[in-house]
Amino acid sequence: MQIRPILAALRHHKAGTLLIALQIALTLAIVCNALFIIHERLTRLSQPSGIDEPNLLVIHNGWAGKPQEGEIASLMASDLDTLRKIPGVADVYATNTYPLNNVGIAYGIGHSPDKLKPVTTTAIYLADENALPTLGLKLIAGRNFRPDEIGQIGLHGDTDPSAIIVTSALAKLLFPDGSAVGKVAYISAKPSTIVGVVERMRTPWVDSSLAKWADCSTLIPYRPLTSASQYVVRVQPGQLENVTRHVRAMLYAANRMRVISPKDGVQTFADIRAIAYNSDRGMAILMSAISTILLIITGAGIVGLTSFWVGQRRKQIGVRRALGATRHDILSYFLTENLLIGVGGVVMGGVLAIALNMWLMKQFEMDKLAPGYVLAGVVTLLLLGQGAVLAPALRASNVPPVEATRSV
Amino acid sequence: MLGYYVDLAIRSLKRSPGLTLLMILAVGFGVAASMTTYSVFRAVSGDPIPWKSSQLYVPQIEMWGPKGHGGDGDNGDPPDAMDYTDAIALMRDHRAKYQSAMYMISPSLVPAQAGKHPINVGGHAVYNEFFPMTDAPFQYGSGWSAAEDEQRAAVAVISDKINQKLFGGANSVGKTINVDSKDYRVVGVLKPWNPQPRFYDVSNTGGFTTNDEDLFIPFLRGIDVGMANSGNTNCVETPTQSGFKGLQESSCIWMSYMVQLDDASAAKAYKSYLDGYAQEQQHAGRFSWAPNNRLRNLPQWLDAEHVVPTDTEISLLVAIGLLVVCLVNTAGLLLAKFLRRSNEIGVRRALGAPRAAIYAQFLVEAAMVGFSGGVLGLLLTGIGIHSVSWVLPKDIASLARLDRPLLLLTLLVAVVATVLAGVYPTFRAARVQPAWQLKSN
Repeated sequence: MQIRPILAALRHHKAGTLLIALQIALTLAIVCNALFIIHERLTRLSQPSGIDEPNLLVIHNGWAGKPQEGEIASLMASDLDTLRKIPGVADVYATNTYPLNNVGIAYGIGHSPDKLKPVTTTAIYLADENALPTLGLKLIAGRNFRPDEIGQIGLHGDTDPSAIIVTSALAKLLFPDGSAVGKVAYISAKPSTIVGVVERMRTPWVDSSLAKWADCSTLIPYRPLTSASQYVVRVQPGQLENVTRHVRAMLYAANRMRVISPKDGVQTFADIRAIAYNSDRGMAILMSAISTILLIITGAGIVGLTSFWVGQRRKQIGVRRALGATRHDILSYFLTENLLIGVGGVVMGGVLAIALNMWLMKQFEMDKLAPGYVLAGVVTLLLLGQGAVLAPALRASNVPPVEATRSV
Repeated sequence: MLGYYVDLAIRSLKRSPGLTLLMILAVGFGVAASMTTYSVFRAVSGDPIPWKSSQLYVPQIEMWGPKGHGGDGDNGDPPDAMDYTDAIALMRDHRAKYQSAMYMISPSLVPAQAGKHPINVGGHAVYNEFFPMTDAPFQYGSGWSAAEDEQRAAVAVISDKINQKLFGGANSVGKTINVDSKDYRVVGVLKPWNPQPRFYDVSNTGGFTTNDEDLFIPFLRGIDVGMANSGNTNCVETPTQSGFKGLQESSCIWMSYMVQLDDASAAKAYKSYLDGYAQEQQHAGRFSWAPNNRLRNLPQWLDAEHVVPTDTEISLLVAIGLLVVCLVNTAGLLLAKFLRRSNEIGVRRALGAPRAAIYAQFLVEAAMVGFSGGVLGLLLTGIGIHSVSWVLPKDIASLARLDRPLLLLTLLVAVVATVLAGVYPTFRAARVQPAWQLKSN
């Protein structure tokens, strides 16, 4: 295929050519970055929390009338008892927070009590001996808490546990060279011995700015004696819906002086996950929608403009056909013409995409665009261009040679 | 003449319905995407109290020193909330026109009627000046007095919603409510009031919240009865004592603080007072570092706290990008369409039409495409705003609205943008040489 005549023809349509190339470039720049955002969000959505979500539900219980800490201890013990007796409930424990809750306590954890030199930040989960079996956490070293280790803690009480359980990610950060079990770490002024290591449990936060220590969680052996706490309930397989429906009434029947919000007092992990990742899912949907519209508009724009050019050049096409050009020659002329414009566009667009990403990085602390996205975008747009031009080009190739003899 | 151009434009647009439809769709989608994301952006970047936001200030005091710095994204700013010691000291000095330390509370409210479940309410423990400072609108009664603050009186201001729930919406001033098993006398009932962003307590709400403000009680009363803080507590060192008392004596931050300063000189004086206060603390040995304070007015504060979510800004930018692509697309199509009519232009020019007439004719055509695109865009924006709750967190999605200014803006953006896109094609059309066109063919 000869490129020179195509270039010569394009020079006659400088503005139109430039506009298509510009459109392709802008589309590429936006779609690359949108795809990147979509992928980033989808990755986040699929991050495992480490707990057995399908069989868990959470009850947000608040005590009315400001009972004293001693009273709360007995109220809570009787609640846990009530919950255990509900048919379909397998296990239960009380805590301050849970993964995906977006609320919680974070401490520095390190090798000395010096708060200025922590190894990393860790999320703190209150737990008792039932926490591991309830959440379905896999203990990979050491042991679970013993019932006699479980302390009690009020609001703003001291947390200086002598025994803690950490996640494997945290254990590796603290003790890269070997087993963490039996070693000492500091989350308070007093030393805490790591008695067990669980495979995985995410922190309560899904915010990307806290992603660096997203798998660094510490379980400490305390029951919360605060006026508001969470009961995490594990149900027997298939019983989730049934238990979720009845648990609120059962607790109220046992004791009326409490608050369990009718709106979100009882939540399954499907609800909790949906709320936690609401904005990530939303961004992914929004970016997909915008990318789709962009590609459709750009494709349609190419169809429209090429159709117009074909219409304008019917006579020239007729002349070429009359002079011996085959249909295939005409078809490939338009395809090549589009490819040339497309290549110009994607080169410009590639540069734009990277510039846009750099600006987004600076402005919004986004990550660096992987080259794969630009490549994928380039291929998509070139294919889109060729696909869009196909129909008008086929129509052009069907122009009969006799067109050359017609005037107007 | 305009009527004639409109007529010409309709004929021309009808001649190639596919191309016309494509342009209208492009403008419609581009405008709708931009306007939908803009409606969200407008909602979250709005000024919650425009008539006095420049008079409201948030003081920040460096009470942590170097311990509080060095984390990710540290910019040398002092903490964005206050510890109890400094909040109380600033309240005692009382240097601003109005000021209030405050903390978030979430006590339970026990309805008087037997058989009704207790409910959890959200609110703040504040000083009496909080109400005139924030211009909280009262339906009945008013805030409490400075004397009642000092006496730690058991008084409360309740929201309209709670008043509806407990008293059926009647004037309940003087009535009693049971908060955490203690009786409080209602002194004021607010009108429905839900400022977004929650400007007086950004550090706890992050700006936007779906939680209601149901109850306000005197700050010192809350402290006295040990009503727990339900907002964030941030510490760089473990409190030496446990419990609420320990929290008050610690350097943990858990309070918001706001002051009203009516003019620049008052603000300057207050800033130098803050620095003087920090210096005093340094001399007393409590701070071992030089004063590092900030005094930002509300717009600056909302900006510094990044109240506008990053996602909202990115969405808006990407949507504007879509609009730009749609316009480039429209420009290309208009160019093709206009140049196809070189003949007609040639004839008109040869018959004496000046360039300006050609400009008018084709810009009218572009404007008509823009207007049609705008109408479609309006429809799509309406659908978009209704479905944002599907893709955005509740607290933000509920703020997006399609009101008259947005309606007009949508049409305006569509028309202006399309006319702009039509400027170059029109310029080319107006440059068509009549002689050339008449000669060929």
